[in-house]
Amino acid sequence: MNQDTQIARLQNVRKRYGAVTALDGIDLAVHRGEVLALLGPNGAGKSTSIAMLLGLQRPDAGSATLFDKDPQAIEARRRIGVMLQSATLPATLKVGELIRLTASYYPQPRSLMACAELAGVVDLLGRQYGGLSGGQQRRVQFAMAMVGGPDILFLDEPTVGMDIDARQSLWAAIRHMVSEGCAVVLTTHYLEEAEALADRVCVVAAGKVVSQGTVDALRAQVALRKIRCVTSVSETVISSWEGVASIEIHHGRKVIATADAEGVVRKLLAADYALSELEVQRAGLAEAFQEITRSTDTAKEAA
Amino acid sequence: MTTIDSVATPVMTTTQVINAYMQEARAECLRYLRNPGFLLPTLLFPSVFYLMFGIFLAHANSADAPRYLLASYGTFGVMAPGLFGFGVSLALERDTGLLTLKRALPMPPGAYLLGKMCMALLVAAIVAVLLLCMAIFLAGVHLPASRIGTFFVVEVLGVLPFVALGLLLGTLVKGQGAPGIVNLVYLPMAFLSGLWFPLSVMPSFLQSIAPIWPAYHLDQLALSAVGLGQGREGMHVAALLGYTVVFVTIAARRLRRYG
Repeated sequence: MNQDTQIARLQNVRKRYGAVTALDGIDLAVHRGEVLALLGPNGAGKSTSIAMLLGLQRPDAGSATLFDKDPQAIEARRRIGVMLQSATLPATLKVGELIRLTASYYPQPRSLMACAELAGVVDLLGRQYGGLSGGQQRRVQFAMAMVGGPDILFLDEPTVGMDIDARQSLWAAIRHMVSEGCAVVLTTHYLEEAEALADRVCVVAAGKVVSQGTVDALRAQVALRKIRCVTSVSETVISSWEGVASIEIHHGRKVIATADAEGVVRKLLAADYALSELEVQRAGLAEAFQEITRSTDTAKEAA
Repeated sequence: MTTIDSVATPVMTTTQVINAYMQEARAECLRYLRNPGFLLPTLLFPSVFYLMFGIFLAHANSADAPRYLLASYGTFGVMAPGLFGFGVSLALERDTGLLTLKRALPMPPGAYLLGKMCMALLVAAIVAVLLLCMAIFLAGVHLPASRIGTFFVVEVLGVLPFVALGLLLGTLVKGQGAPGIVNLVYLPMAFLSGLWFPLSVMPSFLQSIAPIWPAYHLDQLALSAVGLGQGREGMHVAALLGYTVVFVTIAARRLRRYG
């Protein structure tokens, strides 16, 4: 992609906290209008990356830029919207007051009603924040993130604590923002969230981007499928077969990861007539993601 | 959407920036006035003490007691919004992530602290009015309007050194332990500054170290305002200003370093 379209960028950023290396020369670019999902295990450096882009942390080395400016420059921050995972908002303020306060920080904010409708908080405007459920609070935080009419939204685990319906409607609101040209940087533990929203996925592990691409490309990178069944064939026998990547036991079922599902199933059925509860699944993003992070670990051990 | 629109950097007008400061101050005031856990002790402690010692037990004291106690409980009362409303809430919000969110948002610089300061000034004004009303209407204290006005101004502005001390404490401690730590500063300082018992009945050593405490200087100014002062107001004002500057300077340095 064209360099001109980059609106947020980390270049070779390093950050250490004492003996722990949080970011190990990470490169990350967010382009105008795209939805980028950051995936990775806890402690991989996702939150630190976001904190760098928001100017909350300073890189030890490398550079962080937001709209070609220092992320701490208020002009740059007037173009962003933020939803942090851990922020506890004042419990005694009403929802409408919180949104109006946040709107006052921006030069061209959305109207309170338009914003409340989009985030689905119209019926909550007169209620105090502390009396809301976890899911309602997340919706209010989303309303606060988008009220400034930002060019880029940073959403840290936006749908934690939401039920399916609430999650779907938040996704719809995020898609609406994207349709208006807003870029989104999303961290999430829900892989289906990345699948549902993201144009591009960056897998972060050990302070680096270990893989990036479209959701499909990422999934295709891992050709594994999962076979689940109840069988008397022993683990040692199965793991000796060609093409078996791994075998685990979950609640009495054997779970086999393999690139050659058909071949392994044929062998299983031949070896065990009593085999039952057979399932074969294409690896989701979850497996792809595990596979990518696992291969990074192995590569590191080998090195 | 045209490219020009999306690339142009939006500009805040001065009116918008001022509005942001006002909104922040309004939100800070509202959230604390709606919080009985903060507001009730802040208002009740000085007024109940005044009711007990300045009114019910007044006959056991000298005739000046209701005026004297107006000054000392007034001082005691305005320390709380500075130390707790400002200091403890800063300590808690550094812990809960609210401060982090505010720093990520394009909040104008200092709006968060200025908002808290307005809240402390407002609560100090409420405490001062409450005690003045009790003194005038319940204890029968006679004060000319000029003295009432001076007392009010002294107590309201007198919250500022404690806002500064609260700011400093808020940068030193973090989270749920903060109220305990702040009480360890608040209560002994009130006692040692002669806000509960007149300094004249205390051991001479405690009397001699009283000028160390900011609350002592504010109490002396409040006593002057109600006509029981011992003079040297300029020195007390200078001491309070000095404390404010020192506390803010240290706190600013810590905030810059640790955010």
